[in-house]
Amino acid sequence: MIATSQKAEQYVSFWVDGQLLGVPVSAVQEVLNTQEIARTPRSKPEIAGLLNLRGQIVTAVDLRMSLGLPPLEEEKSSMNVVLRFRGESFSLLVDEVGDVFDVSKESILPVPRTLDAHWLKVTTGVVRQEGRLFIILDVATVLGLPAS
Amino acid sequence: MEDDILQGFLEESWENLNQLDSDIVAFEKDTENDDLLASVFRTIHTIKGTCGFIGLTRIGSVSHATENVLGKMRDRSIERTTDGISLVLEGIDGIKELMQGLEANGEEPNVDHQELIRNLEQVAEGKDASQFTGNASQQEAQATAQAGTQKTTEAGIDTATLMTDSGDVDFDELDKAINEAAARHREKLEKQEKQEKEEAQSPNAAPAGEKQAEKAVAKKTAPVEADAQPSKKKTVADLSIRVNVNVLDRLMNLVGELVLARNQLIQLSRDDEESRYSAPITHLDRVTSDLQEGVMKTRMQPIGNAWSKLPRLVRDLARITEKQIELEMDGADTELDRTVLDAIKDPLTHMVRNSADHGVETTAERLAAGKTEKGTIHLDAYHEGGHVIICIEDDGAGINAERVLNKALTNGLVSEADAANLSDYDIHQFIFHPGLSTAEKVSSVSGRGVGMDVVRTEIERIGGTVDLLSKEGQGTTVRIKIPLTLAIISALVVKAGDQSFAIPQLGVVELVRLAADQRSRIERIHDKQVFRLRDRLLPLVELTDVLQIEPSSEEKDSDVNIVVVQVGEEQFGLVVDEVFDTEEIVVKPVGLLMKDIAIYQGTTILGDGRVIMILDVTGIASDFSALSATSVNRDAHTEDEKKNAQENTSLLVFDAGNETMMAVPLALVSRLEEFSRDKIEQSSNGPIIQYRDCLLSLQSISGSFDSSQTAPQPVIVFSDGQKSMGLMVDGINDVVEEHLTIQVQSNRPGVLGTAVIDGKATEVIDTQHYVEQTDPEWFQNKGTSHLRVLIVNTSNFFRQMLTTSLRAEKFQTQDVEIASDALSLLENDSKFDAIIVDFDDDAEDLTQWVHSQKQTSGIPVIGLCSRLTPPIQQRADESGCNVLLEKLDISALSREIQSLCNQREWNQGVSA
Repeated sequence: MIATSQKAEQYVSFWVDGQLLGVPVSAVQEVLNTQEIARTPRSKPEIAGLLNLRGQIVTAVDLRMSLGLPPLEEEKSSMNVVLRFRGESFSLLVDEVGDVFDVSKESILPVPRTLDAHWLKVTTGVVRQEGRLFIILDVATVLGLPAS
Repeated sequence: MEDDILQGFLEESWENLNQLDSDIVAFEKDTENDDLLASVFRTIHTIKGTCGFIGLTRIGSVSHATENVLGKMRDRSIERTTDGISLVLEGIDGIKELMQGLEANGEEPNVDHQELIRNLEQVAEGKDASQFTGNASQQEAQATAQAGTQKTTEAGIDTATLMTDSGDVDFDELDKAINEAAARHREKLEKQEKQEKEEAQSPNAAPAGEKQAEKAVAKKTAPVEADAQPSKKKTVADLSIRVNVNVLDRLMNLVGELVLARNQLIQLSRDDEESRYSAPITHLDRVTSDLQEGVMKTRMQPIGNAWSKLPRLVRDLARITEKQIELEMDGADTELDRTVLDAIKDPLTHMVRNSADHGVETTAERLAAGKTEKGTIHLDAYHEGGHVIICIEDDGAGINAERVLNKALTNGLVSEADAANLSDYDIHQFIFHPGLSTAEKVSSVSGRGVGMDVVRTEIERIGGTVDLLSKEGQGTTVRIKIPLTLAIISALVVKAGDQSFAIPQLGVVELVRLAADQRSRIERIHDKQVFRLRDRLLPLVELTDVLQIEPSSEEKDSDVNIVVVQVGEEQFGLVVDEVFDTEEIVVKPVGLLMKDIAIYQGTTILGDGRVIMILDVTGIASDFSALSATSVNRDAHTEDEKKNAQENTSLLVFDAGNETMMAVPLALVSRLEEFSRDKIEQSSNGPIIQYRDCLLSLQSISGSFDSSQTAPQPVIVFSDGQKSMGLMVDGINDVVEEHLTIQVQSNRPGVLGTAVIDGKATEVIDTQHYVEQTDPEWFQNKGTSHLRVLIVNTSNFFRQMLTTSLRAEKFQTQDVEIASDALSLLENDSKFDAIIVDFDDDAEDLTQWVHSQKQTSGIPVIGLCSRLTPPIQQRADESGCNVLLEKLDISALSREIQSLCNQREWNQGVSA
């Protein structure tokens, strides 16, 4: 864990196809295990469907689809990172949920241009964290909505 | 300044100001009405007072100046003139402007109203107001126009949050809010009661003794009664309290959740009939339904609220356009869901503006057209079924179809060819196209052609429909139909491809289930499936196709479930795998990521917790709109035609006016034409038209010719080579192949009888009648042939048709129905040149007889049949028939007759 510094923000991290990604904790409503998802025909391919969260209807976005990654293996199932955005709840389907940790503003590096197009669109910055790359996502873009 | 106080002031003042507009407009029409004036004065006075108290100096100044003028009018120190009133309205607009700024920024905006205040002061001193209102009226109307278009923020309705804030509710907060509101209300009531009691008791100085007590009682009741009058006025207001809209919305959401929970319980208890939970659940069910109903009511508002600004708007529009316009409103207390009300406010305003600007004519124009000076715009609202109907009707100039059509052609919305076939109604529908404004100049009143298309989109967004009816010279009516409620609906749950979906009950007409062995009833036309449901052809679409998912793995041997849905005037059938129950469901929005998918209108959670999509039948319909019901019906005809090629007559079906259809055998028709009405002239013999270098006499099927219509006049032309006549009809419909039998004979001139054509009873016309009307000598032989032909045919219709056709070919004809009649006739009169018999019947005997009799043996016999097959040919040959022809080629028949007669002559000549 990075030592807490003055201008640090907390991020919720998760794994998708071996890559560590994250969003600001302020955007996250909750984190869930695998949920039953109702499919929604004719919707965009990255929309996995809808789930019922205590009576609330949440749209689930399959991150592997959005990022152009291969689908999860048959036996495995996704976890849910539920975000709150513009008054509505959305769930990001991820492989595994990681830790919550602090990231200081200084440690956020600009997005490397060598990144794949899919990634470039949704990334706001990267952090070198414990020897690996931690990619910070822009919530609006990753949901496929016009940028905030 | 404290937010609460400001909020309170704004809320109350907006409400009062809106009422004020209506009051002033009413006062303008009835300047002797002191009550109205007093009410207006009081309101401005209150605003002025409160402003002074809170420290809103600008609003205070304008209010003060306006109040002054009103006060002087009340005292009659100055006159109550229209211009004076206009200036007062300006003052009110000024107040509104300041309040808007205040609302937006929390403080009064830096707007200068000095001139306005000065003008008001001058008028209060007695100066003539007309000098101040010249330019003002433009600004006035602009202000009103602008005010009309802004989204209502007054009541604090934020539709965005309504739709997305479906989250958790802090029950304590809700509880607190309700309690506070109730407490405040109670306080107010108590205060009032106290006041009344005091007033009632004061003249009642403590008496002793009964008599005095009686007097006291009398005295007591008297002042109470006196107070009763004003307090009566108060009581209506007392019955209502002010509740923040957000509180109500949260209540609504909670009730929605309760409905879901109840549904779940009901689902669970269904499986277990003997459970001890049944009774409480039934009770819960009832209570929940009642609660739901009750809360829904809180969302209902009278449509009058959306109409409140209209009288002022119409008044201002009338002034600018210098027309006289009367606004009538019926059904102002018709209630609507608040979100629906919100959605229609702007469309309504737009349509009223349209009527005032483009619809109603100027006084001069109206008088010239023989109408009353004042044009009327009539608003009508009422409930019908599960809908609210709103009609906006004006008695103005109507829609100029020609101008609209030209605009449509210019904009490429329709081709020249298609344009010719459009009815007035069709042309009117172009009004709904974006960018199509036929206003000569963009008027500041109605704006550019961004109007009706937006209106339609808005209305359809809330699940309603808009219809337009207009008659040029008479006026226009726009009819809006919207569903009563949005949030909780009845829906049919169906299954398609392993998934369940909900279809709102409102759009479902009926359910049809076809047993597996009836699958053949589903026919295919050009790869599309259709189903003949009673008298209509229903296009079918598989729901799995609409959803673009794999059809379920069920066998071809299972039942077919069809959900018949209605969209506008058209119906179609949705084929689903299974139909479950109808349920009450809470409509939840689809969410930001899916709102553009037309086939969905919402989502919901079923009793068992499953999330399912709510389908939008309108969206589904537009999805496969390539297949419309009408085209399917047309295609079906061709198929039918092919199947029943035998014994069929081609008939031309046309519209004879008054919504009746008539038919004429196509064989008798020479040509179909469309003439522009202005080319049709009147002669002493009736209408005629110059046509291809000769004059064509015209007759109207309906007996009269309407030259005022602009659409071209369809005409059916009968001719015999040289002479022609045209029958004017209302419209040419179709050519159908029918096995024709005249079911009912007719005595009416011009009508042969009634036959069933295309499933409908249709009158078949007697062309002879019409033709003779034009030229009684038409059929007289002035030409070549004097050949007499005897027609023998059991079908009255066919006989008649042959007669007419052959006479047109210049033959003399006689006809009989049955063979024995022919016999009798021939025995007496054998001077016929040809005999026509029917081999679909028994013609052999007659034919043989003709050839066996000395006096008739030379007469050629021509047989007719529906289809020339070897067996029939054989029969004909064996009986001695000269030639066998298929029905019905008149020219071929005519030629054969001619040729056979020539041959006979030749033979006779030779033998002689």
